[in-house]
Amino acid sequence: MAQHQVNYTQSGGLPVALTTVDKILNWGRSNSLWALTYGLACCAIEMMASGASRYDFDRFGTIFRASPRQADLMIVAGTLTKKHAEFIRRLYDQMTEPKWVISMGSCANTGGMFNTYATVQGVDRVIPVDLYLPGCAPRPETLQYAVMLLQQKIRRESANKSQKPKRLV
Amino acid sequence: MMRPYTPKDNVQKKAYYTDRFWVAPRIPEEPVPEGSDYAEDVAAVKKACKVLNAYIQRGQLVIYVNSEDNVTALKALKEERGYDMLSELSAVDFLAERGGFEVFYQLLNLNAARRLRVKCFVEENHAVESVNPLYRSADWAEREMWDLMGVKVNNHPYLKRLIMPDDWEGHPLRKTYPLEGDEFAQWYEVDKIFGKEARDIIGPENRDPGRIDRYDTERFARLGHEVPRGAPAEMVDKAEETPISYQEEEGVFLIQKLSAENSKVLDKRR
Repeated sequence: MAQHQVNYTQSGGLPVALTTVDKILNWGRSNSLWALTYGLACCAIEMMASGASRYDFDRFGTIFRASPRQADLMIVAGTLTKKHAEFIRRLYDQMTEPKWVISMGSCANTGGMFNTYATVQGVDRVIPVDLYLPGCAPRPETLQYAVMLLQQKIRRESANKSQKPKRLV
Repeated sequence: MMRPYTPKDNVQKKAYYTDRFWVAPRIPEEPVPEGSDYAEDVAAVKKACKVLNAYIQRGQLVIYVNSEDNVTALKALKEERGYDMLSELSAVDFLAERGGFEVFYQLLNLNAARRLRVKCFVEENHAVESVNPLYRSADWAEREMWDLMGVKVNNHPYLKRLIMPDDWEGHPLRKTYPLEGDEFAQWYEVDKIFGKEARDIIGPENRDPGRIDRYDTERFARLGHEVPRGAPAEMVDKAEETPISYQEEEGVFLIQKLSAENSKVLDKRR
């Protein structure tokens, strides 16, 4: 029996088929990034502008959803206060795998100019972040570029891996 | 009311503050003119309770009463003098100077278009009586005063924190409260979400938003010189630029690749 075994890594068997499935899955995922509407402050205005007709997120397949159950992407747009930190974690946990996070703007990245008792100094203290987007506030083009970078990142990932828990900080 | 204008053309050449110990200018306190409407307001309050001081500041009447008399004074002003609206209510921290708070009530007479301020001094750990039965706007204002300054209010229908979370410790607008928060505030979200044992994993807050560690390839990459995540530090200083790519070189399955030749760039607006 043993001599009939196929060495898949050598003779181009199963792994070739798997990479194709990977590609199709990742193609689907990267081009239908449904984002959770997560406007917290003034960055939300830029996020809304990116979603509206002039910049048009729909052509990237990015549609804003009002429910974490239907969203793959969380764009944290704005200042995260300590009172709200609990809820952002809960909403992140409610999103279904696979899920990605873009931290949009200085406040979400590092707390920005709000160096105070009431502001979380960077959302990465609470949820894992895939992409940090600088600016105060970033222009819609910047957010588009961030989404395109995230799409490239998703296409590089393997599709059927069980998502290993991301680094917290 | 506008701030007096000071010329700023030469501001780079001289120091901002010439006074080493700057003393805030006092707004002059003028006596209440006889026979005016404000004098009648003072008389109405005097009939109801003891008035400690009454003066005009920037054209508005200020009446100082005992903290026990706040409801009596406001009731007299509302029912006899037509001050129907409580536009503002809060406390000022005088803990270091006098060991207490100055609580003020800003009133407005809508018919006569007159404003008036009732003040009282409350010592620390003493409470004021709620004016919520007289003015509905006092409800949230008193909750905010309790939340941020820590002035307790007696007989308030629902004295709960208004702005800070319910399980917050301390009153952040007190002058003794550090701007960057005490230990409780700095670890609040970590303690609440992950528990105290996660403090070591997450680490203290980095309070310097200008700090960039260019050799931290886990979190950030040098713009235009991106390296793979977690790359060793010697890769960071590489000279060649990373071209900005909107898409992979070989293109994406089923998606049209943008080519600069085929796209039309509008050189002017219609």
